[in-house]
Amino acid sequence: MFILLRGFILPIAMLMLSFPAYAEEVSKEQIKSLDEQVQEIKTDTLSIATQMRLLEEKLLYPSSTQVAVFLSLDKAAKYRPDSIEIQLEGKPVTFHLYTVKEVEALKKGGVQRLYTANIKSGEHDLQVLLTGKNAGGLEFYRDENFKFSKDAGPKMVEIRLINAADQIITLRDW
Amino acid sequence: MSRFFVLLASLLFAALAFAAGIATSEDMKYLYDYGDALYYAYQGEWFEAIARLDAQQAQTRGPDESEFDAPFSYSDRLVGDFELNYRMHQRAGRAMKAVIEGNVKDDLRNEAIFRLARMYFQKDQPENALQAVELIRGAVPETIRSDLAFLRANIDMANGRNAEAVTILKDLQSEKSIEGFSSYNLGIALLKNGNEQNGREYLDRTGRIKSDDPATLAIKDKANLVLGEKLLSENNFEAAKQMLDRVRLSGPFSNRALLSSGWTDASRERFENALVPWSILAEREVTDPAVQEAMLAVPYAYSRLGVYSTAARKYETALKAFGREIEKLGASITSIRQGKFLKVLVREELQQDANWVVKLRELPETPETFYLLDLMASNDFQESLKNYLDLEQLRKKLEAWSGDLVAFEDIIRQRSAHYEPLLPAIDREFSRLDSQMRLRLEQRDLIEQQLQAMLEAPRPDLLITADEHAMSERIAHLEKMVTPQSDEAGQRFGERVRRLRGALYWNINTEYDKRFADVREHLHELNQELESLHQQHAAFVLARQAVTESYQGYGDVIRDQRLRIKADREKVQLLMVQQGQVLEIMAVNELSKRRDRLEEFQVKARFALADSYDRASKAQLRKRDGQ
Repeated sequence: MFILLRGFILPIAMLMLSFPAYAEEVSKEQIKSLDEQVQEIKTDTLSIATQMRLLEEKLLYPSSTQVAVFLSLDKAAKYRPDSIEIQLEGKPVTFHLYTVKEVEALKKGGVQRLYTANIKSGEHDLQVLLTGKNAGGLEFYRDENFKFSKDAGPKMVEIRLINAADQIITLRDW
Repeated sequence: MSRFFVLLASLLFAALAFAAGIATSEDMKYLYDYGDALYYAYQGEWFEAIARLDAQQAQTRGPDESEFDAPFSYSDRLVGDFELNYRMHQRAGRAMKAVIEGNVKDDLRNEAIFRLARMYFQKDQPENALQAVELIRGAVPETIRSDLAFLRANIDMANGRNAEAVTILKDLQSEKSIEGFSSYNLGIALLKNGNEQNGREYLDRTGRIKSDDPATLAIKDKANLVLGEKLLSENNFEAAKQMLDRVRLSGPFSNRALLSSGWTDASRERFENALVPWSILAEREVTDPAVQEAMLAVPYAYSRLGVYSTAARKYETALKAFGREIEKLGASITSIRQGKFLKVLVREELQQDANWVVKLRELPETPETFYLLDLMASNDFQESLKNYLDLEQLRKKLEAWSGDLVAFEDIIRQRSAHYEPLLPAIDREFSRLDSQMRLRLEQRDLIEQQLQAMLEAPRPDLLITADEHAMSERIAHLEKMVTPQSDEAGQRFGERVRRLRGALYWNINTEYDKRFADVREHLHELNQELESLHQQHAAFVLARQAVTESYQGYGDVIRDQRLRIKADREKVQLLMVQQGQVLEIMAVNELSKRRDRLEEFQVKARFALADSYDRASKAQLRKRDGQ
């Protein structure tokens, strides 16, 4: 009895050897070949993605009218953003609710392309409305108004959420 | 078996090293350019990350430049890392080889070799990995020095060069970032090299490490389990028990450790002691092979202790559990054969949850996934599943892009319908205004030339006012009326006309400097107006060009994209069928083996149950006879 049960401790692989072969098996070569084909289709699809992105940019956001709003978060920030709303000329244009993964990505140095649109040349008003939680878990709300100028080329502005006591929303005009 | 441990340890380490590498990299000169891609990379969305970097590189690269023409930049290294994480080893390998064979500095070249070797090693190609690391010459960047040494040791071990691995790993023992991994691998390398005593010492040392890091704690458990099972197989039960009891009760190796710990006691006929770990284990997740074995081991121990009635009850419990599991396995196999397995795997809501594999097992309506966690133990299954999920992601993207192209065409059609009727009139008006503007510019140029000439040869006559001009003409008219034959009144009239002419001449000449300055001031003002006009003209030309570009010239691009998307959708569909079949076969094979194993357990349990009843009856008879 002991010997019978002691045999259970043998590695499962050994046990498997005694089982009959199943109707279908998958060979290593088959797995490798499929993997290579999957890699090729990924390369193809990435190439299409690049062309689609360039096409979309040219068609929907021509450089003469394009404005892109980016958002970055200071690595040392002791708060976490929950949501952000952007207003242009006093009208809401985008709203984003942050997931934990997105906040982590921002804290590690990722920069979020928050909003892309077309605007005319000249002075523009940008308002940023932020909600979040501070280090103690208490909810807070901040808003800031900025002005930026758009000329003939594409315009990029970066909203930087910094680690400061008073003004945590700043604007970097590129 | 130990080779698998080495591979697992190095993969764990590689994953951590990558995460740490990006997270702490302060040398991001072009953070802004790549920040968008990094935002997705840090979320594990590798396709989006690579696509953004590719688009960024396509915009900055010239039309005739290939991706391998540019020097090995930060961007290239990022793309390489992203591609490896997206398991595009071929593309990553080609890019790295191009760098290695290119004219680059030693440190950059060696970094590329390191990445290439690591990729080969992760792909289970240790010979290629060895060939790659042997190309390393000259300076190695400080940031990868210890990682490279550790990788080299792992590659040596995978190629059976254990003595070389031992030499490298001994030098890495003080490296904090790979604490636990280096000592564990050194222990395994020493054992494989025939140096039993030292090998065991290093495994023992790994098993005593103090750390809060989950990866280090896992390798610590692994070391204790490996050493414990080794001692158990040598019948060194006391020492084996000590090692196995050092494994945490909640770690990934706890089930096997509890099972083996029980056997160290049972082997010495200490069945009461064996019941402690086995009873804990028997209450755990029943799909685990160690748990299933413990469900038989517990009644076996009771039977050896002479408690036959409890043994019989426990055997019955085990039989019921095995029956349920065999039923579940059967349902899983049927469900997989009906194609339900693949449908569940791609459920969107599950992909959002990091713990989705465990969640799937808990869903009562998905019997096909009860054993998914166990299937995931196989590297081939994991890779195939990842490929299948990646293909599903590609399928969705290609489908969405097909819709985007239709929307793009619609936008183009609407723009064309809006602008085409307006443009001829706008172009005519622009042409008229453009001619006027050119004429005025020519006039301005003429004035400037005259003013320039007047600096050298003053021409007061050119600066007379319109009134003065009219007056001059009237004076000229009057002058014609004055003749030398005029009478006295006529002579006085002629004198007055000459005074008028003199007064006009006086004004024009005495005010010349002021007038010249005024004209230059006016010309300056005109230039400012013209500058503004130029800007308006340029803005209009740009806007006009943008209008044309907003709906013209897209036909070929969209047609080409549509064909490529269609072709790729067909390929993805075909590959999903093939990859899906592979997954189903692997799953059915594995689950069938599990079912066969449980059926074998069932037979043994039935036999043991009957034996327990028999012994219980005999014991009862003996007791009655004794009374």
